[in-house]
Amino acid sequence: MADRVYLDILGSRFRAQLSYRTSFLLDFAAQMVGQASELVVILVLFGRAKEMGGFAMHEVLIMYGIAGVGFGLADLFVGQLDELPRLIRTGQLDVLLLRPLSTLAQVATGDIQLRRLGRIIAALAVLVTVLSTSDIHWTGPKLLLAATAPLVGAVIFGAIWVVACSVCFWIVDGRELANTVTYGSNMFTSYPITVYPPWLRRFLAFVIPGAFVAYYPALALLDRPDPLGAPAFLSWCSPLVAVAAVAVAGLVWRFAVRHYQGTGS
Amino acid sequence: MSKKELRRGLAWSFVRALIGCYPHLAVAGFHRYSTYRSAAVAALTTNTAFGLMRIAVLFSVLGSRQQVAGYDAASIASYVWLGQGLLGVVILWGGHELADRVRSGDVAVDLARPWNLQFALLAEDYGRAGFAMLIRFVPPMLIGGMLFDLRWPQQEHTWALFALSIVLAVAMSFAIRFLLSLSAFWLLDARGVTAMYGLLGGIFSGLTVPLAFFPDWAYDALWWTPFPSLLQNTIDVFVERGSPLPLLAHQALWTVGLLVIGQLALRAAERKLVVQGG
Repeated sequence: MADRVYLDILGSRFRAQLSYRTSFLLDFAAQMVGQASELVVILVLFGRAKEMGGFAMHEVLIMYGIAGVGFGLADLFVGQLDELPRLIRTGQLDVLLLRPLSTLAQVATGDIQLRRLGRIIAALAVLVTVLSTSDIHWTGPKLLLAATAPLVGAVIFGAIWVVACSVCFWIVDGRELANTVTYGSNMFTSYPITVYPPWLRRFLAFVIPGAFVAYYPALALLDRPDPLGAPAFLSWCSPLVAVAAVAVAGLVWRFAVRHYQGTGS
Repeated sequence: MSKKELRRGLAWSFVRALIGCYPHLAVAGFHRYSTYRSAAVAALTTNTAFGLMRIAVLFSVLGSRQQVAGYDAASIASYVWLGQGLLGVVILWGGHELADRVRSGDVAVDLARPWNLQFALLAEDYGRAGFAMLIRFVPPMLIGGMLFDLRWPQQEHTWALFALSIVLAVAMSFAIRFLLSLSAFWLLDARGVTAMYGLLGGIFSGLTVPLAFFPDWAYDALWWTPFPSLLQNTIDVFVERGSPLPLLAHQALWTVGLLVIGQLALRAAERKLVVQGG
């Protein structure tokens, strides 16, 4: 029953977005250009260096591709959480809280932006191209890994997004802080974690589990041991990390909503 | 009142009429922006996080080499933190309030006032930029200076040229945003072009990667666009990369050119505007 409601909401949102066709196409193209501009940065950097943090261009591009698709999917499904500060400030969140539906799901489905498919398609094109032209020794588990890594990455990004946006329940205008964590994680995960200084790496790779989005899956695909000395099985652990991240995000979100008292206006 | 006093009074009112309301608008812009202090704290967090990641990525490109494309470690450090600091002064993203006023029609009121709309908004933007220098530029530079060896200007006159370069960059950023906003008179909605500008500006202004890292053909092509004058030229003046004259000339020419085009577009927009009712 509840599923039907979400589908109806989504259907109406999609029709609304597609009705302004030119505007939609422009936004869609802008998302593609946004993702492509990060690709240009990597290509420019490799014009000046043979390797970055011990990784060749195609290896970094695999990380960029997985991170890009993962981030794009997370942006598509939970990116609406960026609107949370506005919903809180205007009191619209109180309306959602009163309905017999999940608050998080309502915010997420409230305004799914189809234009964000542009980012996903651009990143996916790069990922498929690089994977098919790289010298990878394909096996069954690796094919499965290549197919699921972006999805698992999306789940990890989604969990990061939920935790980051939960801050907005306490900080009045927390949107920029939350964006720093989400968009910052996107940049962080697009490069091998070996390029970052140890203290930054410890925080962004393991406290925020950024290393498990693209870095470790890429190592497994490339049959490379971790230059930082992590055991090989860690490269296959991203799904477990994703489950743990979702559990933490669920707890944080619940705690935040329980302690929400309204803006009082 | 003596004749002398009268003459002085007349001269003074003449000067006031000439400069008009613009200094007041600059002061107002400064005050208006100074109320967004908590936003500045959040922005500092963003700038610091991205600064730390950018510098790590660029250092890994440098590797064990002394320099890449003429940038050594200290110049790269200065480049990154100057970029993060100047970003809040010479804004690349946002600052399109005029576009909203064109879309809603409120611009009719702005055009009816006894001022030149472009000069008025530029004056206000200078006020904003002045406050941003204190609250958006200085803190990232302090953090960068504490954590890294930055390259500071070796010659004293570089500081003056750097200041001039910022003044030009702010005007040019404004001139571009003014044109983008006016495009709403014809496109009705300027959001598509402003989004595209934000994306291109991020990479072609030299924010994410020094433009000198680009292949030569791309670098030469970019020189024909205004983008290097938004951030890269100002940074290069600071790190004393070659002669500052071509950098400043590029900024001055584009700034004046874009402001003049803005004036012409403003005239055309005034003719296009139809105020209904009333």
